[in-house]
Amino acid sequence: MPTVSMTVNGKAVSGEVEGRTLLVEFLREHLGLTGTHVGCDTSQCGACTVHVDGVSMKSCAMLALQAEGAEIATIESVADGDTLHPMQEAFRQNHGLQCGFCTPGMVMTALALVKGNPNPTEADVRHGLEGNLCRCTGYQNIVKAVLDGAKAMRS
Amino acid sequence: MYDFTYHKPKSVSDALDTLSGADDGQFIAGGQTIIPVMKQRLAMPSDVIDLGGIADLQGISVSGGIVSIKAMTPHAHVAASADVKSAIPALAELASLIGDPHVRNRGTIGGSIANNDPAADYPAAVLGLGATVKTDKREIAGDDFFLDIFETALDDGEMITAVDFPVPDGAAYIKFPNPASRFALVGVMVSRTGGNVRVAVTGAGPCVFRVAEMEQALAANFVADSVAGVSVPADGLNTDIHASAEYRAHLIKVLTGRAVAKIA
Repeated sequence: MPTVSMTVNGKAVSGEVEGRTLLVEFLREHLGLTGTHVGCDTSQCGACTVHVDGVSMKSCAMLALQAEGAEIATIESVADGDTLHPMQEAFRQNHGLQCGFCTPGMVMTALALVKGNPNPTEADVRHGLEGNLCRCTGYQNIVKAVLDGAKAMRS
Repeated sequence: MYDFTYHKPKSVSDALDTLSGADDGQFIAGGQTIIPVMKQRLAMPSDVIDLGGIADLQGISVSGGIVSIKAMTPHAHVAASADVKSAIPALAELASLIGDPHVRNRGTIGGSIANNDPAADYPAAVLGLGATVKTDKREIAGDDFFLDIFETALDDGEMITAVDFPVPDGAAYIKFPNPASRFALVGVMVSRTGGNVRVAVTGAGPCVFRVAEMEQALAANFVADSVAGVSVPADGLNTDIHASAEYRAHLIKVLTGRAVAKIA
């Protein structure tokens, strides 16, 4: 089997994978990083969103071997120990989650959005979240959370 | 997904050699369609040839009134390109409306048009702007490229290397997205260059198409009202759970009018 090497959350990792091994399978099953979720497995829900070389991608729509040499950031890299990242704290404060299944993808998407657009409008946030589905909240509180999180990150 | 042998060649010629040496090889560009299709076992190639390692297939250049986008350029780069925004803002806007941010970071122009999904956005740009598709062995006029549903003029083993868009005097893309999938229920690209008008429609039929009657009416008088009198037949348009053929025919007129108003 081929070997793949990449940097995940700042740490060099490698492993033997099949050609068909998805990046999300490598993260979850080989590295035990189960914070990245598989929601739909049809590349529509965005629960598996991670950062690949700084931009958001669906790790269920990418082969592990395609990430050779890449820098991957998952939800596990976001909090500082027990201290939530301001974006995570904003989700908590705004009730931006109910069951929480979509939340890792929402947070990773929000962080990618804010990186490119530190002061997004509500419309920017709604457009930016088009690739992430939530079946609980109806999005209102997620949008509020992203706007609040962005504000907290600016200050 | 069935297993396969993965290859990541560094050049176009290595990729073509690998494909021709494979039992049942498949190029993968951004993979935003082919990976889901392979998961469903609707495609089961013996060899997957990743074009992501070929530096020659990346980049955007503008010169001599042509915006040239290499095949492996992701949608997000086209959407964010200052050069594209300045030369053909409608093209940058179209790219910014494809799928969602994650798809735009990974999906590519070459992959999109090679796939020729009936509801994809880029085919409307290629046809509506009169682009030329460049491959490893020839140039194909946009008008001759899209043949039918998921079918293009590409030969087996032929690879798209770039798409050249001539800069129009004005252009606009108006899309009515399916709210769940973000694919175009109907999308219309209108462009005007001198007295020449193009109206290209995606999402409505089995394959992107031009509307000659609207183009003639708009060439005579480039105002939104010119399309009001043109009848768009629903025959041959798509009917599905999202919209009837009649509704799509109606949208073609409405969106074309909006595109013209945006240009004028």
